[in-house]
Amino acid sequence: MSQASLRAANNQLLTRHDFEEFLYTEAALIDEWRLDEWLTLFTDDARYLVPSTDCTEDSTPADSLFYIADDRFRMGERVKRLKKKGAHAEWPHSKVRHMVHNVRIRSVEGDTYAVTCNFVVYRTKNDVTNTYVGHNEYKFAVGADGPKIREKRAVLDMDSIRSVGKISIIL
Amino acid sequence: MIEKQSSNSRSQYIIDDGNSGLFKVARKAFVEQDVWQQEQARIFDRCWLYLGHESEVASPNDFVTRAIAGRNLIFNRDASGEVNAFYNTCTHRGAFVCREAKGSSKLFQCFYHGWVYSSEGKLIDQPGKTAYCENFNHDGSSNLARVERLESYRGLYFINFDRNAVSLDTYLGEVREYIDLVMDQAETRMEVVGGTQAYAIDANWKLLCENSIDGYHAVTTHATYLDYLSNTAGSMTNSDMWGAARQFGGGHAAIEYSAPWGRPVARHVAAWGEEGKKDLDAIMARLSQKYGEERARRIGLLNRNILIFPNLVLNDIMAITLRTFYPLSPDRMHVNAWALGPQEETSAMRERRLFNFLEFLGPGGFATPDDVEALEMCQRGYKNLRAVAWNDISKGMTREEPGTSDELQMRAFWRHWNSLMTAQEAAE
Repeated sequence: MSQASLRAANNQLLTRHDFEEFLYTEAALIDEWRLDEWLTLFTDDARYLVPSTDCTEDSTPADSLFYIADDRFRMGERVKRLKKKGAHAEWPHSKVRHMVHNVRIRSVEGDTYAVTCNFVVYRTKNDVTNTYVGHNEYKFAVGADGPKIREKRAVLDMDSIRSVGKISIIL
Repeated sequence: MIEKQSSNSRSQYIIDDGNSGLFKVARKAFVEQDVWQQEQARIFDRCWLYLGHESEVASPNDFVTRAIAGRNLIFNRDASGEVNAFYNTCTHRGAFVCREAKGSSKLFQCFYHGWVYSSEGKLIDQPGKTAYCENFNHDGSSNLARVERLESYRGLYFINFDRNAVSLDTYLGEVREYIDLVMDQAETRMEVVGGTQAYAIDANWKLLCENSIDGYHAVTTHATYLDYLSNTAGSMTNSDMWGAARQFGGGHAAIEYSAPWGRPVARHVAAWGEEGKKDLDAIMARLSQKYGEERARRIGLLNRNILIFPNLVLNDIMAITLRTFYPLSPDRMHVNAWALGPQEETSAMRERRLFNFLEFLGPGGFATPDDVEALEMCQRGYKNLRAVAWNDISKGMTREEPGTSDELQMRAFWRHWNSLMTAQEAAE
């Protein structure tokens, strides 16, 4: 049992260290292409969002065109697809490495924690290394078994995605 | 049959042999620097190019800046309500007069020496004005320069860098019928939904022209998307993909077909529930009343992938995308894509539209990344062009009525491209 789930079970507030542990694990699961395990970090009503770079903080996938706006079902389908040879952009799998920094707990309301972090993600394929820069806005639901991600909003701090071409990996 | 009889030509770029039913394209057209440079002069400097949609400059003083075919432009609606296209450069020493992607402004001021222009492009102030001659700019030559031509059709604004170009209406010709089928979906008018997908592909721009109207690649390149659709409870109905390809002259082409996915105007799928069905029934009833049942069914139920020569794609499928792209070099292009929807659309239907859009379209979707990969692998394959010099796009050439998975629509593009690139009068 992780420290985070111990604390959660004892009704103690979670610390930044708990979320750092969690986010490093998430990064490792994506980098190692253990995407089925990555899915288990999310609640059943989770969303995974990547807004277009000209969207504002208030933009939602109901009113603006995003790059990615998955509900939990489509996250599962995304993972299924990425595991197939027919996901041509990611076959053979690219090399992916996530750097996670500046983890901060921004607010706590009941069982919901708002956590942000900065990220740099490198993707290498066909001898080309692309760099994605941005920050993640997480909403965590903390239950008796520890934290789970209810929403992950990966905001690219870039003017467009021309330098990386596409977002075929998980950010 | 028509295609077979009419086609018989050969150039350094294409072999169009209707009698044998063969059509070949030279791979050097995707690779050579010379070809790319000639394309700038003969295609991008002469054809009508998409600039933007009227809804992006809906109110007076709204502006958008955009890079188009190597130029930097301002697209705006001025204080008096007129729509303009200006070159984004100060007439004094050249700096950008607008450095934002979009916004609202009555003035454009160059920060370098402080020259100020109105939203109509008129030079209205210069610091140290008294040091200039009395009749400075009396001929307007120091106002912002306007793009040579600006015209619109059904809310789509196009520019042309050739002052002597034919009118936009003449240029579009018969493809207007297909643009109408998309725009008629709105009761009021269409609007661009907020959020731009701005990405890039390391491949020749003509590969994306082909790919955007290519029905042949769907079952192989997009097998995982079709798997996804069949996993999605109720988001698909029984419907094979069938339909027809059309060419319109001027290099414009389209495919029109039925498909299994839901359409926000107006093809229902079970996943959208009773509520969704009510919305769609109301839309179909309105369309039938206005256009008659046959045309309403065509507007609402069929899908269209439309290529407007040279580089505008209007795909009216599970959502509507406007996509345009420009070559930076023979092997790289910038792509801009937007979602289009009726202004009066309910928020629930808008949400379904955008959800639909993202599952297939765009660089984070379930299909576009694989298209990008395919195009980039073609470009890499062309490194072998000395050994393998020609592409084949003969599919369906001997058929009476080529279908959507044939390649008529691509041949239409290439025939026009070839005529512009080899025309004597264009030689400079």
